[in-house]
Amino acid sequence: MISIKNLHASIGDKEILRGINLEVKAGEVHAIMGPNGSGKSTLSSVLAGREDYDVTEGEVTFNGKNLLDLSTEDRAREGLFLAFQYPIEIPGVSNVNFLRTALNEIRAYHGQEEMAAKDFLALVKEKSKLVELDAKLASRSVNEGFSGGEKKRNEIFQMAMLNPKLAILDETDSGLDIDALRIVATGVNKLKSKDNATIVITHYQRLLDYIVPDFVHILYKGRIVKSGGKELALEMEAKGYDEIKKEFEIAD
Amino acid sequence: MANEILEEHINKDYEWGFTTNIDADEAPKGLNEDIIKFISAKKNEPEWMLEFRLKAFRNWQNMVEPEWAHVAYTKPNFQDIIYYSAPKPKKELASLDEVDPELLKTFEKLGISLEEQKRLSGVQSNIAVDVVFDSVSVKTTFKETLAEKGIIFCSFSEAVQDHPELVKKYMGMAVPPTDNFYAALNSAVFTDGSFCYIPKGVRSPMELSTYFRINASGTGQFERTMIIADEDSYVSYLEGCTAPQRDENQLHAAVVEIITHKNAEVKYSTVQNWYPGDKDGKGGIFNFVTKRGICLEDNSKISWTQVETGSAVTWKYPSVILKGNNSVGEFYSVAVTNNYQQADTGTKMIHIGKNTRSTIISKGISAGFSNNSYRGLVQIKKGASNARNFSQCDSLLMGDKCGAHTFPYIEIKDKSAVVEHEATTSKIGEDQLFYCKQRGIDNEKAIGLIVNGYCKEVLNKLPMEFAVEAQKLLAISLEGSVG
Repeated sequence: MISIKNLHASIGDKEILRGINLEVKAGEVHAIMGPNGSGKSTLSSVLAGREDYDVTEGEVTFNGKNLLDLSTEDRAREGLFLAFQYPIEIPGVSNVNFLRTALNEIRAYHGQEEMAAKDFLALVKEKSKLVELDAKLASRSVNEGFSGGEKKRNEIFQMAMLNPKLAILDETDSGLDIDALRIVATGVNKLKSKDNATIVITHYQRLLDYIVPDFVHILYKGRIVKSGGKELALEMEAKGYDEIKKEFEIAD
Repeated sequence: MANEILEEHINKDYEWGFTTNIDADEAPKGLNEDIIKFISAKKNEPEWMLEFRLKAFRNWQNMVEPEWAHVAYTKPNFQDIIYYSAPKPKKELASLDEVDPELLKTFEKLGISLEEQKRLSGVQSNIAVDVVFDSVSVKTTFKETLAEKGIIFCSFSEAVQDHPELVKKYMGMAVPPTDNFYAALNSAVFTDGSFCYIPKGVRSPMELSTYFRINASGTGQFERTMIIADEDSYVSYLEGCTAPQRDENQLHAAVVEIITHKNAEVKYSTVQNWYPGDKDGKGGIFNFVTKRGICLEDNSKISWTQVETGSAVTWKYPSVILKGNNSVGEFYSVAVTNNYQQADTGTKMIHIGKNTRSTIISKGISAGFSNNSYRGLVQIKKGASNARNFSQCDSLLMGDKCGAHTFPYIEIKDKSAVVEHEATTSKIGEDQLFYCKQRGIDNEKAIGLIVNGYCKEVLNKLPMEFAVEAQKLLAISLEGSVG
């Protein structure tokens, strides 16, 4: 699905990713954990194509294509989806209009016709149930006036609508109460298939009780310093990141 | 990246910038009483009309060009302008078939059909159009259909000939010839425009529309539009305009007057797309326009909606004088400036009657090196008890070299008034664009989506055919202005 080799990225003069290696196959769920400032969000931004970052070294192959050569929108159209840690508000643009534009852009990229309005609305109805999203939210402006939990559920709703190959969930658990967390996780689990993959970026182990990862990676100072099964997440939870910090202290 | 896209946009041509080769009947350059007599004679005007013009001209000579607007430009040389230019008809016109084919082609290119029952922007529509080419009205469609209802819709020149009593009664009522420098100039030299009268108890069965086109070089366009809505009547009126691409600045100084009687309503929508000048700010139209309506009697309503994307310099304040009790004034505006465009636009709501209400929604969008100002006056006169106003003025900045300014003036002489003013300034966010792109929407579409969302409250007020046109125009005007 995605193969990241020796990925280095910086913002300004500051190098944040210092050689990431990661291989994610179809059907797998990977969790990336790490303390604040370890580069978790940078990794998701770089993969999604945020222009603030410069990739200085390394390569990323996504579905056989050089991901780093693709524009942000083409990455999305190829099936890469980022669930934002802080979803953005777009006043005056209805959720439905936004998603319909997105969906049809993706379809056009793959040479498919626009989806008929009737089919689209049926899809909205079906997918909004998945995350128990109030039908009213679909017609409201994108994320405007949504509560924290609604915003996160809306991200997963969009993911369900766009049906990506690779979903990256950036701290989707932050700011969620236990009920919202369960709803979001259930949504993600239902969307899981043998043909897609998920990367869950999180600070806490809590989310991983609901979305069970096949692999867990610990990111520290821009490198993956440790990988393992789901038990690694529990170990981190018990011991905290201090031990990792001591073990892998690298000069800045 | 940002620069590339900006370049691409900046180099994008103004699609309406072509000229038509057509024989014109022109006045010599310059302005004096002889020129005014020449225009009046060309139009075979009655004596009182010539007097109106000459009086306005004598006033104008003693007036100074206003300098208070937040715009900078080289003042036009009023002696270097041609004040009358008319496409030379090959012969007397009896039907559309006899209109100069070059002229028909021009309007075809602009998407304006002079044939009745034709389409505008792909939507089957029912719109009567009056087209004004340089100084004269070329053709008014659906005249007969409207006449059945007693609606008068014709060129201003025809109205002077055929309905002098109406013209004489209302002309200058909303915009007196001494009102301001440009209104006085217009009153002296106006050449044509549209005239519309809706009789008592009639709702116009279709939208009425005027399309203005400047074609000839070195000319100014000074049209005059007048809409009179008699008791219990209603009309929705649309106005569109374009001009060729030229290095010189051309002056457009129009006057629009609206008068509503008891229980009458007029909705006036403008999509202003005069040539804005090139990327370095060379050329473009100076759009110095006076538009004003009077809610003369009780329970009447005047609503202005404007989408302003064109012109090098815009100076325009469509206003409403709320004289009748319970009358309502509305102003919905989207003003877009890009490159070196400058706009100083807004409204005046003058509350005189009791229980009068006004709403102002203004959305300014600035990009490139442009300057965009909202200037508005809300005035509550003594005795205008229980007057209400709500104003909302939002500014959206694209890039960091443009400016947005708000100049709200509020004068309240009656204690019972309730006046609210809200203002916001925001920047189109890199975050919003990234979010859209991450969902597969490209930059251009994303800007269109965000800007249309921002202007939604105003665009919703436009008649459907115009809303589609306006949305496209917004996207084109702003394409690539954010990287």
